[in-house]
Amino acid sequence: MTDSQPLEHRQGSEPGRHNLDPHIDRYAARTAGMTASEIRALFAVASRPEVVSLAGGMPNLAALPLESLSGQMAELIAEEGLVALQYGSAHGVPALREQICEVMAMEGISGHPDDIVVTVGSQMGLDMVTRLFCDPGDVVLAEGPSYVGALGSFAAYEAQVVHVEMDDDGLVPDTLRAAIDATRREGKRIKFLYTIPNFHNPAGVTLAVERRAEILEICASNDILVVEDNPYGLLGFDGQTYPALRSMDPDNVVYLGSFSKTFASGLRVGWVLAPHAVREKLVLAAESATLCPPTLNQLVVSRYLSTHDWKGQIKTFRENYRERRDAMLSSLEQHLPAGCTWTQPDGGFYVWVTVPEGVDTKAMLPRAVTARVAYASGTGFYADGFGSRQMRLSYCYPTPERIREGVRRLAGVLESEMELVRTFGSVTTRAVSGPQFPGPDTA
Amino acid sequence: MAEPTFAVLAGGLSHERDVSLRSGRRLSVALREQGLSVEEWDTDSGLVSRLRDERPDAALLALHGGEGENGSVQTVLEMLGVPFVGTNSEGCRRAFDKPIAKALVAGAGFSTPEWVVLPHSTFRELGAQAVLDAMVQRLGLPLILKPDQGGSALGTQVVRDAAELPAAMVGCFAYGDTVLAERFIHGVEVAVTVIERDGGPEALPAVEIVPESGVYDYTARYTAGLTDFFCPARLTPEAEKAVRELAVGAHRLLGLRDISRTDAVVAADGTVYFLEVNLSPGLTETSTVPMAMEAAGTSLGAVFSDLVSRAVQRGS
Repeated sequence: MTDSQPLEHRQGSEPGRHNLDPHIDRYAARTAGMTASEIRALFAVASRPEVVSLAGGMPNLAALPLESLSGQMAELIAEEGLVALQYGSAHGVPALREQICEVMAMEGISGHPDDIVVTVGSQMGLDMVTRLFCDPGDVVLAEGPSYVGALGSFAAYEAQVVHVEMDDDGLVPDTLRAAIDATRREGKRIKFLYTIPNFHNPAGVTLAVERRAEILEICASNDILVVEDNPYGLLGFDGQTYPALRSMDPDNVVYLGSFSKTFASGLRVGWVLAPHAVREKLVLAAESATLCPPTLNQLVVSRYLSTHDWKGQIKTFRENYRERRDAMLSSLEQHLPAGCTWTQPDGGFYVWVTVPEGVDTKAMLPRAVTARVAYASGTGFYADGFGSRQMRLSYCYPTPERIREGVRRLAGVLESEMELVRTFGSVTTRAVSGPQFPGPDTA
Repeated sequence: MAEPTFAVLAGGLSHERDVSLRSGRRLSVALREQGLSVEEWDTDSGLVSRLRDERPDAALLALHGGEGENGSVQTVLEMLGVPFVGTNSEGCRRAFDKPIAKALVAGAGFSTPEWVVLPHSTFRELGAQAVLDAMVQRLGLPLILKPDQGGSALGTQVVRDAAELPAAMVGCFAYGDTVLAERFIHGVEVAVTVIERDGGPEALPAVEIVPESGVYDYTARYTAGLTDFFCPARLTPEAEKAVRELAVGAHRLLGLRDISRTDAVVAADGTVYFLEVNLSPGLTETSTVPMAMEAAGTSLGAVFSDLVSRAVQRGS
């Protein structure tokens, strides 16, 4: 509604009735959760410099060689402008697909460039894979907790998520078997296991190497596809990499990769590596979604990979993130009250914190924002309402000093909330409508 | 002579920052459509020096909650001598605190739902269950919990069952240290905008609010389509007159200036209850103030360009 729009445009059937959305009765049922959210609104404050945001997942790009990239982009337009600014193939730029194979080889993957589909970030790959495989009511198995963007994609296609428990070594094979059996006993159809094996978002844990073959065997023997999401695999703090699930079972794993954490998230360049037959369908799905990924951005990534020391750059990122992880873990140890526990990530962006019984991290968020610190409450990372005692803390963006200050503030917030819980007893707060996680532009 | 420039203050650090930014953008666009030169300013540590350096001809406050409504920013503007649209610092301090505003309005003979105000420390020192029991005994169920300050229904909860109270208290205390608990009045919920013109404060047509969920909470307020609005409200002429008198009365009693919005409920027996007053009401796409202006045959831009002229004439 604009200031000058006449009232009649919004009127409903009753005299004087105004509904501000004339399309309200036309939406698909799956839009039911797309509402304004009190929790989401609080993240607007997190963008202010006074607030230490441990909530978002923005990579720290300060270490990128911007001057050199600037010159490279100018050259790209001068030399290949008519290609870079033109439509391309939905499959992706061939040269980039070859380079992606080199990137994946670092984690043991032997892929063919033709089996890669370049996507607008790996989020688009996830969306397309879900679109290809899931009918409404189909079940997706996912770690509990799981990546919030994946849960959003699954919800958009009306797939049901069944969470599978993790421990400090990632997915627990026995609980995966149990989840499969229980789901099938209910007569439900499982389409795939969605997993982030390395430096998990949000849990910060990594699937133990010795479990990987077992997880793959469980899925293969139960005729369940594996969707492996691996945005952080090259960000192990000691430089270690783990064998990708895809490298161990190429025929039954669809692999999602991304340059968002290893180069530049704003370029939105990711990829899917899929078995040939799946890849053909992905190309058609990509065409209907976006026609093609941005040619300019693909060529920027391609030039970067061919002219920059991208492995050295990843090493720089790793060192930055390790310093921040260390600041986070030592601060948690120093400040958090007794009864709190947390994971010990050896790569990636996140620590998963469990708070004492009775504290609800979603209900506590306004208090935290008042104290000028923000985090992502745990319930956003579950499809089933679990996670009220958990929170995700990200250390990727703030400086170590800010991280230490943020954790110090958070500890004070927790102390106050625990006092409140002691006063009123252990409680589970009311359900809150709408998305409960920070947007992609939250620091 | 240089063209006058006006600063719309929005954002800030309150929990309502997001709503404030939306109000500020909408107000700025509306004023630009009136031909005014307007800039949107966030309210941060650079505000004072910017006000000193740039000296806008007047400021318009689209700030909601916290420093923007409790009189703090208004005090700064008064100290710097910058004219502004809206209630002065003294009026803000009276009206922003919901229990104080309720007491003053009730003292003037208007009805308001029975209420109690309790800080967290009372529950801690005296035992939560005993105090909650007394609260339910006094106010009955359902009752409504609100933080004693703040808007956009943040932290506001309707409690229908005593077993829900402890959790609701925890949720409400997350927004502040003091809770206002109020008897819940069933009836027709309305919002009445008051604007000041040459003849003094005038009430615009009441806007009736019918949230689909039954509760006009944050989601119902800011998700287009989840609430039906009726303007004119489905009230008898007597009730419409009474809610307008209440709104103008509250505006005068609390010493508000330029614009305000009073939220009220008309019970089945016709009694009009004052709920709260908003001295910097929301101006977003889903807010009731722009609707009331349209129903009155005017617009956000026209009203605020008039108010800013009055502010300039009034001076600091």
